[in-house]
Amino acid sequence: MTQTTPVSGPHTHAPGSVAWNMGWVTLALLPATAFGVYLFGWPALNLLLITILAAVLFEALCLRIAGRPVSPFLMDGSAIVTGLLLALTLPPWAPWWIGVLGAAFAIIVGKHVFGGLGQNLFNPAMLARVALLVSFPLEMTTWITPSPLFSEGAPGFLDGLAITFGLVAIPDAVTGATVLGETQTGFSRDLGLSETLPGVYAPLQQALGFVPSSLGEGSALLLLAGGLLLMAKRIITWDIPVAMLGTLVILSTVFMLIDPERYAGPGLHLFSGAAMLVAFFIITDPVTSPSTVAGRLLFGAGCGLLIYIIRTWGGYPEGAAFAVILMNALTPLIDHYLRPRAYGRTRRGKPLPMKNTKAPAQEKRP
Amino acid sequence: MFSFMRKRPAFQGGVHPDDRKQATSGLPIEPLPLPARLYLPVQQHIGAAARPVVKAGDTVLKGQMIAQGDGAVSAAVHAPTSGRILAVAPHPAPHPSGLPVETIVIEPDGEECWVDQPDPEHALNLAPEVIARRVAEAGVVGMGGATFPAAIKLNLGSRHHIDTLIINGSECEPYLTCDDRLMRERTDEVIDGIRIIRHALGARRALVVVEDNKPEALSALQARLYEMDTIEAMAVPTRYPMGSEKHMIKAVTGREIPAGKLGADIGVIVHNVGTAYAVHRAVRMGRPLISRIVTVGGGAVRRPANLEVLLGTRVEDLLAHCGGTRQPPARLLMGGPMMGQVMPHAQVPVIKGSNGIIALTAEEINIGQTMPCIRCGRCVAACPCGLMPLEMAARIRNEDMDGAVDYGLMDCVACGSCSYVCPSHIPLVQFFHHAKGVLGARREQQRRQEEIKRLAQQRRERQEAEARAKAEAAERRKAEREAAKRKAEEAKAARAAKAAAVQEPPKTPAADQAET
Repeated sequence: MTQTTPVSGPHTHAPGSVAWNMGWVTLALLPATAFGVYLFGWPALNLLLITILAAVLFEALCLRIAGRPVSPFLMDGSAIVTGLLLALTLPPWAPWWIGVLGAAFAIIVGKHVFGGLGQNLFNPAMLARVALLVSFPLEMTTWITPSPLFSEGAPGFLDGLAITFGLVAIPDAVTGATVLGETQTGFSRDLGLSETLPGVYAPLQQALGFVPSSLGEGSALLLLAGGLLLMAKRIITWDIPVAMLGTLVILSTVFMLIDPERYAGPGLHLFSGAAMLVAFFIITDPVTSPSTVAGRLLFGAGCGLLIYIIRTWGGYPEGAAFAVILMNALTPLIDHYLRPRAYGRTRRGKPLPMKNTKAPAQEKRP
Repeated sequence: MFSFMRKRPAFQGGVHPDDRKQATSGLPIEPLPLPARLYLPVQQHIGAAARPVVKAGDTVLKGQMIAQGDGAVSAAVHAPTSGRILAVAPHPAPHPSGLPVETIVIEPDGEECWVDQPDPEHALNLAPEVIARRVAEAGVVGMGGATFPAAIKLNLGSRHHIDTLIINGSECEPYLTCDDRLMRERTDEVIDGIRIIRHALGARRALVVVEDNKPEALSALQARLYEMDTIEAMAVPTRYPMGSEKHMIKAVTGREIPAGKLGADIGVIVHNVGTAYAVHRAVRMGRPLISRIVTVGGGAVRRPANLEVLLGTRVEDLLAHCGGTRQPPARLLMGGPMMGQVMPHAQVPVIKGSNGIIALTAEEINIGQTMPCIRCGRCVAACPCGLMPLEMAARIRNEDMDGAVDYGLMDCVACGSCSYVCPSHIPLVQFFHHAKGVLGARREQQRRQEEIKRLAQQRRERQEAEARAKAEAAERRKAEREAAKRKAEEAKAARAAKAAAVQEPPKTPAADQAET
C-alpha cells in the first residue's frame, strides 16, 4: 500500500497502531490463558495452539483470495486475537476439529464475508462460539474438573494429544458442570440455590478459577487484572465494562433480594461463566461496539441485561455469546441515533439559540 | 488512570500531543541579519490580494507601503527595509502547491532608512474608527496564523456589544514558542496593545489566556499588569486545540458560539498576542507590520531558534542562520505540526502568518501504514467539535458528500485531533479537505447552472414577448384593415345612396389610404 504524502496535517501522530492495540490485548489475556493451560493441562494447550494457528491460516487464505496484501494485515494481529478469544471460550478438552471449525467460521463467515478488518457486524469469536454451541452441543458443554498440569491424574503430553485428536474418549470421571449449569439443573429438579450451591460454589475458588469452566474464562480475577491493564493503557475505555458489570450487579442484587432461593447473587454472576472475559475483552471489541460514550454505555448495559436474562430464564446457562451477538446487531442503530452533540448546536443539530450573551451557558455533557 | 476520574474538561475532546517546546522555549528572540533579497507576496492574508503601487526600479524606504489593500477585506504590504524594487513578478508562494503568486522583490540597500512617520497621538484618546484605520494602514493581520485583517475585527465594537476581549497566548501547537517568547520579552508592548484593542472594542474585561505549560510567560504578564488595567492573565490546561477561537471562548467563558455565528455575536472577540504586539507597534509607534517572530525548530534543524524576521525573507535564509539541517527534512512545515502546511521547498518567503518553520524528521512524523477503520471511536472522543470523524470519512470514501455534511462536515475546524489519535493512521483531515473541495466545486457548478438557467429563461421570455408583440401588431393591423374595409364599404354604400340621389358619385381618397 504505497501512498502519496498527505499534504494536510497533522504532521505528527500519537503512538499506537492497530497492531499495537492487538498486541496489548494479547498480552493482557496472557495471565488468564496461562492459568487456563495450567489448570486443564496439555489438551487445553493443544486446542489453544490449533485454534490460533487455524485462525491465522484462514486469515491468510481469505486475504489471498480477496487480493489484499497479506503481510500487513496478518501482522496487525487481529486474527491471533480472534483465535485466542475463541479458544478461551471453548471447553478445554474439546477435540481439534472444534477449534479448526470455529476458527474457520470466525474468520471466514464472521469477518471476511463482511469485508475483512473493521467491516464485520458481529464479534467473530462469539459468532463462531454460537455456531459451535448450536451445532455441537455435546462437545461444547463437556466441562472438565481442573486437573492442573503435572498434578496426579492429569493427562501427560501423549495422553493430551490422544484427547485432542479424539483417539480416546474423555473419561466421565473428569467431567463436571459449571456452577451456572449446576444451578440450572437444580432448578429443573426443583432444588433451590441453598441446596445446589454448597457443593459447587465457593466464592474464593470461583473467583480464582479453580472450577470447571471454559479454557480461559475461569479466573475472573486474572481477567479483571488484564482488563484493568488495558484500561490503564487506554486500549479500551471504561464505559462498556462498567455499564455491563454494573447492570449485571444491579439486576442480580435486586432479584436476589426478591427471592434468594431462585436468583443467585452478584458475586456468582460476576465471577462465573464468561462475565469478566465478555466485559473486558469481547464487547470492548472496537469494530462491533458503538463509537460514542453514550452509545457504549447503552451497549454495555444491554449486554449485561441480556446476559442476566439468558442465564436466569434462558436455556443456555453459558449463553453470554448470544447476548453479545444480539447487542452487536443493535450497534449500527445505536451509532445512528446516539450521536454526540456538536459544538454550537443542540442535540437535534440546530444552531444553539442566541440568548446567553449575558450569563455563561450551562454546560451539558454529552 | 481512569478517564472518568479526571476533572471536567474545558471543552469536550481535544488531544495532548507531546509539546516539544523545550528546544526553543528558553532561547531569546534573536534578530535575523538582513538577507540579500526579500520576496513579498501581495497575498499574505485572507481576503483580496493587495494591489502593488511600486514598479521595478523604484527605490523604497523602510516602512513605505508597496501594495495597497484592495476592497473591504484586504491588507496593505510595506517594505520591510529600504532598497530597490527588483521586480514585481510571480514567485512561488508559501503554500503546499508552490504555485507562483504576484510578488514584490526588494534588494535591500543596507541603510535601513525609515520612511517619515507622523508623530503618533496618545493612542487611548483616539476614536475606535481611527485606531482601526491606523491598524488597517499598517497592514496588521491575525498573527496566530489565521491572517484575517485585524482592523475589521477592531471595528466590530460598533456593531456588537463586546463584553470580553480574549487575547490568545495559548500557543497550543507543538514546537512553537514565538508567542511564549514575545509574552516574556516584550510584555509591556503586548499589554499596551491589549489596552488599545480593548479601548477600540469598548470591552469591559480583557483576558490574556496562556496554557499552563508556559508558567514564565504567565508570571511575566501577571507581574506587569496593574489592577486598574482590568486585564487579567489566566492559565488554562494544556490541551490541543486550545488556540482555536471557538474552543478558547468555551474554555474561558463557558459560552458556545452558535453554529453559523461569530464570537462577536455572543460578545467575545479573540485576538492573538502577536496581533496585540503588532497593534501596539502600529498605533503607538506608527510602525507598519514588517517583521514577525518565527520559531525555527524540528529534529532536522541543527540549531533551533526564535528569530525576529523581516517579512519576505526566504525560508532557506532562516535555516542557513540556524546552521542548516542535520538531515534532509522528511517534511518542511510552515506553522506547527498539527495544522501547519507542507512547503514544497525552502525558497518560499516568510509571510505575516508564518509563526514557525519546522523541519521534521521521519521519526517525529511517525507515519504509519494506513489500515482500515476499526471503528474504535477514538476520533469521536478526540473531536473538539463533537463530530463523528469516522462516519464522515466513511461517507466521503463512498462519495456521499451530503451524508458527510449531515454528519457535521461543515462544523469541522480541521484541527487534526482525529487523525492524530487514529490507530489505523487514516488521513482523516485529508478526506475532509477533499470533501469540502468537492462541495465547493459542486456549489460553483450549481451556481453556474442556475445562471445559465436564468439567462435561458430570460431569453425565452424575451422571445415570447417579441412573438407576442409581433402577434399583437399583426392583430392590430388586421383590425385596422377590417375597420378600414368596413369604413370603405360604408362609404361605398353612402356613395351609392348619394349616387342614387345625385347620380354622379365622386372618388374618395380616404378609401385608398386605408388600403395601404
